[in-house]
Amino acid sequence: MKKLLLATALLALSGGIAAAQTVRLGTEGAYPPYNFIDDAGNVAGFERELGDELCKRAGLTCEWVTNDWDSIIPNLQSGNYDVIIAGMSITDEREKVVDFSENYIPPADSAYMGLTADADIKGGVVSAQVGTIQAGYVAESGATLLEFATPDETVAAVRNGEAAAVFADLDYLAPFVKESNGELTFVGEPVPLGGGVGMAFRDSDDELREKFNAAIKSMKEDGTLNPLITKHFGPDTKLF
Amino acid sequence: MFSSCADPKSLEGISWLLCYLTSGKHIDFYWSFLTVFVLLAVTAPAALLFGFGGAMAARSHVAPLRWLGKIYTAMVRGVPDIVFFLFFVIALDQGIEWMTHKIVCPDWTEPIRQGLEFRVCPEAKVPPGDAPQFWHQLYGFALAVFTFAIVFGAFAANVLYGAMNAVPRAQLETAEAYGMTHGQVFRRVLVPQMWTYALPGLSNLWLILVKATPLLFLLGVKDIVYWARELGGSKTQAYAYPHPDWRLWYFLFLLVAYLCMTRVSEIVLARIAKRLNHGQATAAGEAMRRAAQ
Repeated sequence: MKKLLLATALLALSGGIAAAQTVRLGTEGAYPPYNFIDDAGNVAGFERELGDELCKRAGLTCEWVTNDWDSIIPNLQSGNYDVIIAGMSITDEREKVVDFSENYIPPADSAYMGLTADADIKGGVVSAQVGTIQAGYVAESGATLLEFATPDETVAAVRNGEAAAVFADLDYLAPFVKESNGELTFVGEPVPLGGGVGMAFRDSDDELREKFNAAIKSMKEDGTLNPLITKHFGPDTKLF
Repeated sequence: MFSSCADPKSLEGISWLLCYLTSGKHIDFYWSFLTVFVLLAVTAPAALLFGFGGAMAARSHVAPLRWLGKIYTAMVRGVPDIVFFLFFVIALDQGIEWMTHKIVCPDWTEPIRQGLEFRVCPEAKVPPGDAPQFWHQLYGFALAVFTFAIVFGAFAANVLYGAMNAVPRAQLETAEAYGMTHGQVFRRVLVPQMWTYALPGLSNLWLILVKATPLLFLLGVKDIVYWARELGGSKTQAYAYPHPDWRLWYFLFLLVAYLCMTRVSEIVLARIAKRLNHGQATAAGEAMRRAAQ
């Protein structure tokens, strides 16, 4: 009897699930211009606009959730949200634990940024965000890897001299170089890394993934994706 | 907030700062102080309750109950808070969902653990997947409060256990001589008398609890430390209020805020101590008596 009561109570609580499926989009909210928390306290940036448009096209109700980068995959798997849309590059290593949509940003360049153009990126200390493809690349490059939990801290480490350079997505670093009045500069040549940026899903969520894949495809086909990329990343960025 | 803040990039000096400090994000920051206060307001009594239960269990004449009380204090006190926080919140969350799953979806055949995924049927998700974000936040906060209460309850149990043992045996004997039962002695003499012995330990715990609230940030609750880090980080032109790395100032502000909180606590605790020591046969009570003469 008790069990029955409890079950009814729980059912009542979880009622309305079938009525309208809300898809929870998980993002980091600290990686402008990909995604960030704007001054009004809302998720903003390229991925906010893209995600809202994709949800509209797929006929889904979406809700934005922020989560720290280093636990973003485990929390997807434990079901805290249904999709990762956080500037995540498609890599073989991640493919083993999550399923990616097709890319919505083409394979892009990563770059080093330091205080001087001759900063030691081969053998010096290079900062990168923990759990990124850039961190993996630095670890194998011979330089000493200095990892931080947030992208902002990786740049701060260069400014205060902790690291000789930071290695991150070029599109993330470009605004810092542009707005630093010559304090910060790119070091060396850009490095092409990863298979583009995609949305990540749980392995078991194929149905949802197909819906978003169709939406991304339709945006690529009707030519609305490229202008959106240019709007947020500037005219020099790679397009489809 | 103000109409003059519509175009922040055209502002300068004081008016810029005023708009900056009243941006939506800063309002969220100010509200997060309330989160911390609510956490303290809920956790402190809850921890005291856990502590009282633990102390009573540890003093029990029933052996299994006594073991339970001792194991509770020994285990929680012996594990680093952070480890306990990281483990317990996940375990609790999955435990709740697992139990709901067993009740709501008895016909579910797929395994719950699929590799790295923890997958219960959609109806068993707590809170439900389509619930507004507010409920998810409230649920996370409730898990945090419960974990805080368990951890600090264990410490409180030890303090109260010691305080109960510190009440002079003679007082309890007197009560027994009046013909009071065990329960009556406990309620009428032991509990009212023990607080004066428990207070130094409990006030210590309170201050540690105040200082431990940034652990909320570890649990994904957006507390004042989260917002200070988020607001203090350098901001590019993508933001309405671009600025360099100001984390130093934000954390300095937090430092002052925490000092204020603990200072106010100390003043209040000193008053309570004065009240409790009044007329007690302790050194503090004796000192008060002399001062009054």
